[in-house]
Amino acid sequence: MTTDIAKTAPAKPSSALRRWLDSDIWWSFTHSKAAMLAAAIFAILIVTAVFAPWFAPQNPYDAAQLDMWKAELPPVWQEGGEWPYLLGTDTQGRDMLSAILYGTRISMIIGLASVALSLLIGMTAGLVAGFFGGFIENILMRIGDITLSIPTILIAILVSTVVRQLLPSDLREIGASAVLVLAIALSSWVQYARTVRAQTIVERSKEYVQAARLLKVPARRILARHILPNTLTPVLVAATLNFGMAILTEATLSFLGIGMPPGQPSLGTLIRIGNQFLFSGSWWIVLFPVIQLCLLVVVVNVLGDWLRDVLNPKLR
Amino acid sequence: MTAMTSQETSALSVSRLVKTFDVSAPWLNRVVERKPRQFLQAVSDISFDVPLGGCLSLVGESGCGKSTVARLVTGLYRPNGGEMRFAPGHDGKPLSAQMIFQDPYASLNPRWRVKNIVAEPIRELKLRKTRAEIDDRVVELLKTVGLSASDGEKFPHEFSGGQRQRISIARALAGEPEFLVCDEPTSALDVSVQAQVLNLMRRLQDQFGLTYLFISHDMSVVRHMSDRIAVMYLGRIVEEGKTEALFARPRHPYTQLLLQTIPNIEKPHRDRVVAGGEVPSPLKPPSGCPFHPRCPIATARCSAELPEVRTLANGTRVACHLAEDA
Ligand SMILES: Nc1ncnc2c1ncn2[C@@H]1O[C@H](COP(=O)(O)OP(=O)(O)OP(=O)(O)O)[C@@H](O)[C@H]1O
Ligand code: SF4
Ligand SMILES: [Mg+2]
Repeated sequence: MTTDIAKTAPAKPSSALRRWLDSDIWWSFTHSKAAMLAAAIFAILIVTAVFAPWFAPQNPYDAAQLDMWKAELPPVWQEGGEWPYLLGTDTQGRDMLSAILYGTRISMIIGLASVALSLLIGMTAGLVAGFFGGFIENILMRIGDITLSIPTILIAILVSTVVRQLLPSDLREIGASAVLVLAIALSSWVQYARTVRAQTIVERSKEYVQAARLLKVPARRILARHILPNTLTPVLVAATLNFGMAILTEATLSFLGIGMPPGQPSLGTLIRIGNQFLFSGSWWIVLFPVIQLCLLVVVVNVLGDWLRDVLNPKLR
Repeated sequence: MTAMTSQETSALSVSRLVKTFDVSAPWLNRVVERKPRQFLQAVSDISFDVPLGGCLSLVGESGCGKSTVARLVTGLYRPNGGEMRFAPGHDGKPLSAQMIFQDPYASLNPRWRVKNIVAEPIRELKLRKTRAEIDDRVVELLKTVGLSASDGEKFPHEFSGGQRQRISIARALAGEPEFLVCDEPTSALDVSVQAQVLNLMRRLQDQFGLTYLFISHDMSVVRHMSDRIAVMYLGRIVEEGKTEALFARPRHPYTQLLLQTIPNIEKPHRDRVVAGGEVPSPLKPPSGCPFHPRCPIATARCSAELPEVRTLANGTRVACHLAEDA
């Protein structure tokens, strides 16, 4: 009786890094040009946005740094362009590059926060519905159905309008980003809830969960330690793709004027402002924020698609 | 009404156990399609005793309700009727039961390290206090089932089916049970590995004085494990008795059929009696004796009247109108 035991003998003490470099995910990453390119661009976008104060020639929020004499300058390579206004300036003399970097930062923060909040709502609802079933499952999933039957952007508009009205007016400016996060989260949690619920139902009936039940492990701990970790893979993929969606929703809301105020422009706000100059010849005020937004969303989607392809066949 | 007459004390007595599943379509579909509610009786009126320190095996084809009995016994399902009584264990409380599951791939959480899987019962039941004590106990358990201490650091997917079943056994032992329910622990394994795992389980039974409720669909596996065998068909026990008695002289036609279909190494090409017909759906069990559509000796009485369980002179219990005594 050796065949069974022999294989277990030598166990390399493997570090976490070693395991990661050996993993299929890393292998697939190094063999996908699209994924590597997207990751590289994404990394640049993140670094330049997070460290915007270091990269940007100007602080676009600081009115004192704006110079009306430098308003509506074209990009440097155009006639009339001026250093250091690489991508030109807007009507208030705000450096477009700086505004875009700071705007990207705001867009990313709102995207991240709203994905986090909708994950929290959606995963909790999905776990509870899938694990306990019955009445509570019916209620939660019907709320989800109703949410899904209304277009995302309508929900977001509805929530942000209502919440804004409820906020005292002096808080509206400051609370704008929080309202956006809430609006986007409330319009996008259903997908997570459905995914997690389906996975929870599968995991719940698996024998390792029954083994835990035999030990009378409390439901809360079974959910947190056994079931939740096994629902994360599909959720991770959805969350990556939804990060792109959230940034777009934010941009749309801001474009419609119910998002970030012009004093603290996100990419969407910049596009709204620039939109007015599209036909006045100052095309750079709108074009560069649009390019940045597209780049960001495309890169995130490429990464999300790649992740889905790597993780799905095995659903680890 | 415990039908078995035995001198040994029993670790578990089960009497007239019933489990019905509600398999109705969802409420809305029932209303729209005018379908009635539907119930599936997975376990009907089952009684047996498991001898203390011994092994009772449940055998039967897929879907006859073996796993349901296992889950009832361990308390994962609530019975719709009947009684179960565990004898008092060494601490005076009813014997504690643990379970080894059928599927070695679904019974271990893929995201946990083996040492944490094995430590879970120890932590949950608070059997050891300090971390060091728990770690030591885990290593001891892994060695008991033929694995090494370093295996504790790995994840379940790094092991073969047989090794996983060893991990499952280590986890079950970690709860320090006196009673183990083993639901087809080897049916997913290769024949060579099967024998190793079965030998391990027998060794552990002697070493720790465990009582087994062993489940299998394989008569040859059961023969080497059990003191007593209960043959199940469509949620009922049709014959129950001592292993030797049952193999020497099966009384129920279904038991005879099962024994005939065991592959015979000496005479591999002997004529086999082909099992006539399919297993009926447990949703619509046949009238009278549930085995009558497949029974080679069925009479008119068989399709009309459910045979009662009779105890024969040698202690075998059998549910068949025509099974003769002596
Ligand atoms: N939770 C459940 N809900 C509804 N029906 C069930 C449930 N569990 C089992 N059944 C049904 O009860 C019957 C007996 O199932 P059970 O799993 O006990 O059979 P088994 O003898 O263990 O079969 P196998 O050898 O395939 O494991 C089957 O018809 C099955 O479909
Ligand atoms: S009761 Fe009749 S049908 Fe049932 S097993 Fe006995 S002989 Fe066959
Ligand atoms: Mg089973």
